Amino acid sequence: MKVSQLSVFIENKSGRLADVTRTLADNSINIRALSIADTIDYGLLRLIVNDPVKAKSALTEAGFTVALTEVLAIEVPDKPGGLAGIIDIIAKGGVNIEYMYAFVGTSGENAIVIFRIEKVDEAISVLQSKGVRILTGNELHSL
Amino acid sequence: MYYWNKEAECVDRERLRSIQSERLLQTVRHSYEHVPAYKRKFDEIGLKPDDIQGIDDLTRIPFTVKTDFRDNYPFGMFAVPMDQIVRIHASSGTTGKSTVVGYTRGDVEMWAEMMARTLGAGGTTKGDIVQNAYGYGLFTGGLGAHYGAERIGASVIPISGGNTKRQLQIMEDFHSTVLCCTPSYALMLGESAREAHVDMSKASLRVAFLGAEPWTENMRGEIESALHIDALDIYGLSEVMGPGVSYECLEKGGLHVNEDHFIAEIIDPDTGEVLPAGSTGELVFTSLTKQALPLLRYRTRDITCIDDSKCGCGRSFVRMKRVMGRSDDMLIIRGVNVFPSQIESVLIEIEGTEPHYLIVVDREPGKMDEMEVWVEVSPELVSDAVRTLESLERRISHELHSVLGISIKVKLVEPKTIARSEGKAKRVIDRRDLNQ
Repeated sequence: MKVSQLSVFIENKSGRLADVTRTLADNSINIRALSIADTIDYGLLRLIVNDPVKAKSALTEAGFTVALTEVLAIEVPDKPGGLAGIIDIIAKGGVNIEYMYAFVGTSGENAIVIFRIEKVDEAISVLQSKGVRILTGNELHSL
Repeated sequence: MYYWNKEAECVDRERLRSIQSERLLQTVRHSYEHVPAYKRKFDEIGLKPDDIQGIDDLTRIPFTVKTDFRDNYPFGMFAVPMDQIVRIHASSGTTGKSTVVGYTRGDVEMWAEMMARTLGAGGTTKGDIVQNAYGYGLFTGGLGAHYGAERIGASVIPISGGNTKRQLQIMEDFHSTVLCCTPSYALMLGESAREAHVDMSKASLRVAFLGAEPWTENMRGEIESALHIDALDIYGLSEVMGPGVSYECLEKGGLHVNEDHFIAEIIDPDTGEVLPAGSTGELVFTSLTKQALPLLRYRTRDITCIDDSKCGCGRSFVRMKRVMGRSDDMLIIRGVNVFPSQIESVLIEIEGTEPHYLIVVDREPGKMDEMEVWVEVSPELVSDAVRTLESLERRISHELHSVLGISIKVKLVEPKTIARSEGKAKRVIDRRDLNQ
């Protein structure tokens, strides 16, 4: 139900992001979604890739600090109000969203949004009770 | 020429020598009898107080070092009972424990006299209005300058440090004629005055007494032209007394050491050997009149040299050059002593930070010294949330502030990006140019 996300600590200096993407390319890793949270001195690059374990070891070997976190890949109807409906369900369930970003591909008619949620298990049961589809890592990578 | 106490400051050198000898004997006896740490040092090498017959025997006395204060924390170096101590100040120690100093009523009087000479050498009189922007508190700068100015009879504004806007307002409204602060703060005041379009050439300010941190002739030029004043260097350290140990006259050719109260020596920091006048080395002080905290051959770690030629002002006291550096790794940031070891001890307490860190000190033109601590984050610490990292930065910054007393920017860097070196790690990058 949960998907592994890589978070890479990157100092704000030129060429560092390129080092990350080059390392992933050299190891034939496909990036499926990403977002960057930035501060003055550094950024956190969050990635969903086709092989998180391999990606983590390749990046660690290249000298990066990488953390693995579990996030949810949720199907969102690709129409006005689609995202609003999902977020309402989560909000009413009393769980907080820490951050979210869009997945590049789609699942049939639906968009996919990556959610980082504090109480992830509670969120899963709330969403499933409302019939919202949550993709597994395998489902996501086979899209 | 201005003097606060011409008789003392222009004393005949022969006469000064005999005053020094007599006072040294008293100080040695007082120290030996009342401070066990001194007695031990003497006994270890079989030296008796009576072996010291005059200043020619000074070099036989063992050195005192900063760690003696730590080993005898807090009051073990005091030579009088606590009921005679009227004041306590403290400055940073190398690790954890601060360096604590005490004063009897007589010591505070003597200190005020030394600071009166200091301020008097720049022409301060009872008609002056002294804006004292040194910090008041455990730091000796604030109260040291305050008592000296009061001794002269000047009107003191105890404004303490910070709040630049209010400093300028008060300077303008109260017609301050004398400024006391750190040189970097004087630069900042000059810069702020310029930005606020205050015409300093029309202001009443005439002279500034600047110390508590290293500065340069270039900075003197900048401060003098920005504030339209004479900028004089003053020197002191809390272990020896506080500000007023030595002071510049308007000749601006080095700082006169108050030799009737302190003997200055220059030694080779590696061998401890005394060097002749004119040689560059580590400055060592012996106090001659202090009661609460007599100091025998205290190694200041400040690097300078002593000029014993006659000064144009007529004072007979020798002059030390402005401090050129340190023989240890202590940094002076905005008047506060900082040892890398203090920063290390804070970081060790915080899990998730690697023992690799770098201190970067910078001084941009017209700004105060800035210190950044770069800390490598360990893999366990990196999470997917920025706020976790931000709260780590804040926590380190807060801990450093509570230990050092100054605010320091913390910057998280990638692991293994701080250069490893063989042997002694390079912990400090000091970008301030202090040798111009």
